[in-house]
Amino acid sequence: MTQTVPTLQVENLQTQFFTKAGAVTAVNDVSFTVNRGEVLGLVGESGSGKSVTGFSILGLVDQPGRVTGGKILFKGEDLTQYTEKQYKQLRGSRISMVFQDPMMTLNPVLRIDTQMVEAIRAHENVSKAEALQRARDALGQVGIPSPEERLKSYPHQFSGGMRQRVAFAIALLNKPDLIIADEPTTALDVTIQAQILYETQKLCRETGTSLVWITHDLTVVAGLADTVCVMYAGKVVESGKVDDVLDNPKHPYTEGLIGSVPSRNKRGQPLTQIPGMTPSLFNLPKGCSFRERCQYASDACQQAPSISKCEDGRLVRCHRVEEALSHV
Amino acid sequence: MLAFTIRRLSQSVVVLFVMSIIVFAGVYAIGNPVDILINPEADIAEQEETIRRLGLDKPIWTQYGLFLANALQGDLGNSFVHNLPALDIIFQRLPATLELAFLAVGLAVVFGVPLGMLAGLKPDSVVGRVIMTGSILGFSLPTFWVGLMLIMLFSVNMGWLPASGRGETVDLFGIPVSFLTLDGLSHLFLPAFNLALFKMSLVIRLARSGTREVLLQDYIKFARAKGVSDARIIGVHVLKNIMIPVVTVLGLELGSVIAFAVVTETVFAWPGIGKLLIDSISHLDRPVVVAYLLLTVTMFIVINFVVDILYSILDPRVRLGGAN
Repeated sequence: MTQTVPTLQVENLQTQFFTKAGAVTAVNDVSFTVNRGEVLGLVGESGSGKSVTGFSILGLVDQPGRVTGGKILFKGEDLTQYTEKQYKQLRGSRISMVFQDPMMTLNPVLRIDTQMVEAIRAHENVSKAEALQRARDALGQVGIPSPEERLKSYPHQFSGGMRQRVAFAIALLNKPDLIIADEPTTALDVTIQAQILYETQKLCRETGTSLVWITHDLTVVAGLADTVCVMYAGKVVESGKVDDVLDNPKHPYTEGLIGSVPSRNKRGQPLTQIPGMTPSLFNLPKGCSFRERCQYASDACQQAPSISKCEDGRLVRCHRVEEALSHV
Repeated sequence: MLAFTIRRLSQSVVVLFVMSIIVFAGVYAIGNPVDILINPEADIAEQEETIRRLGLDKPIWTQYGLFLANALQGDLGNSFVHNLPALDIIFQRLPATLELAFLAVGLAVVFGVPLGMLAGLKPDSVVGRVIMTGSILGFSLPTFWVGLMLIMLFSVNMGWLPASGRGETVDLFGIPVSFLTLDGLSHLFLPAFNLALFKMSLVIRLARSGTREVLLQDYIKFARAKGVSDARIIGVHVLKNIMIPVVTVLGLELGSVIAFAVVTETVFAWPGIGKLLIDSISHLDRPVVVAYLLLTVTMFIVINFVVDILYSILDPRVRLGGAN
C-alpha cells in the first residue's frame, strides 16, 4: 500500500431515493478525503444526509435509494463499479460499520460468539476455535472484562455501552482499513462516550485504521477528528481541518452550529439557536438551501453557491466567502 | 424452572377442578340422559332399576361428589351408552386424531414458514402476491367444503387417494398408526391437508409479517455490514426471530386442531375423538363428554407448558419463573 493513495476518496457523490412522490436527492455533490489513520468528522443535523453518505460508501442504501453519481474511491478502487459480490467481500472485512443504536445492532436471539464468529468466517476460512480466539481477543481489545464468559452471553445481558463496545469489537475483527461509525455514541451517556472515544482513537492510531465518524455533536468532533465535513440538506457546506473550522467557521451554518453548543452560552441567557428547521428534501428552497435560515442572506443567495477554496485549504459553499475571496 | 413448573401444576389443578364443575352442570342442564337411554317400552321397575344403576337417582351434588371421588382415583366413570370406562373409549380413538393433528401442523410449518418468508422477502413480486392470495383462500374457504372438494377431485375424479377411513395400520408401541404404511399414508394425506390448510395460511401470514418486520431491523443491516451471506441472514438471523410468534401461535393451534378436528373427521369418516364427542353429546353420554373435556383441558395445559419452554429456548430474553 502506497502512502500517497488515500484510504477513502469520495468525489461528487450523489445518492437519490426514488419515492412515489418523486426523486429525492439525499446526498448531493459530496466530496471528501480520508487518509490512512485519519479521523473524519461528518457533522450535520438530522436529515442532512450524513448517514446516507455512510451507507452509500458501504453500498447498503435501502430501497428505493441508490447511488446515482460520483465516485467512491477506496484505496484507489471505485466502489460504485463494484458488483454485489465484490461488495460482500469488502463489507466487514476492509470497511466495517458501527451503528447508532447499540440496543438494536445485535441480533437479540443469537449469542455474541455466534455473531462474532460469523463475521470472521464470512471472510476467512478459519476453524471455529481460531475464530473464537480472535473474537475473544477483540472483546478484550475494546475493554470488555472476562471476554471468555461474555462470549457466551446474549445481547440483552449487556448494557448499552457494553453492546456498543461489542459492536466495535465486531467492526475491528477483520482489521479493516476503514470504519464508518454512524453516531455510535449518541445513545450513550457522556462517561461511556468518553471511554469509547478514547479507545477508538487509540485503536485507530495503533492499527492505522481510518475512521469516518458521523455525528451531530461538535464537541465529539473537536476531540476526535482530524478533519471535518459539515453537511446541510445533502450538501457539504464547509470542510477542512478540524481546528480551522471550529475556531473560525466561515459558513453561516457552521457558525450557527458552533453557536448552538450550550456550554458556550452565558448562564441565564437564552440559548442560541439557528432559526427555522431543516428544509424537507422534497421541497428545497431555490438557490442556497440554507438561505431561509441565514442571517446574512442576500439576493445573491437566490443562486446556488458553488464551492470556493480558501487559503488554508478549506472548502466553503457560500456566496459571502466567494465574494470575500474575489475581493482579495 | 422448578418453581415455574410447580406453580404451573398447581394452577392447572385449579383449572381442571373449575372446569369439571362447569361441564358437569352444563351437561346436566342440557337434558336428562334417561329419556334417551331407556327404552320407552320398558316398565317402571326396569326404568327405575336402570336409573339407580347409573346413579341418576341421586341429587346432582351427590353425583358430582361421587364423580370427584372416583376421578381423584383416576376413574372418570363408565359411558352410559357403551358401558365401558369413558377414558378407555377416548384413548382408543385418540391416536387417530393425534396422528392427523400432528401431520396437519407439520404440513403447516413445513410449507407455511418457507412460503411466508418468501412472500415477506419479495412482497411486491408475482410469487409473493400469489402466496398471499392463496393464504386468503385458505383462511376463508370453509373446511368442510374444501374437504368435499378434495374428495371430489382426488378421490372421485382422479381416483388417486382414498376418501375415508384410516387404511392399513401398524402397531407402534402398541398404538395403531397409519403413517407407517403406504396405504395408511394415502388415507392420511387428504384429511391432514384439509386440516392443515387453515393453519398453513395462518403460518404464512405470521411468517410474512415477521420477515418484513425483521428485515427492517438494524441487526439485519449490521449483519449485512459484516459481510454475512444472504443465505445465512435469512436462514439464521431472520428465521430464528420469526419462529417466536410462529411457535406461540402453533402451540395454541395444535390444541385446537386436536380438540376440534370434528369437521374434518366427519367429512373423511376419520375414526378420531372429534367424531366421538359429537356422538356423545347427542346421546347425552355425560361421562364421555366430561372425560373428553377434562382431557382436552389437560392437553391445552401441557401444550402451553411446552410452548413456554420452547419460547425460552428460542428467545433468550424470556426467563421462566421470573418475578411476578
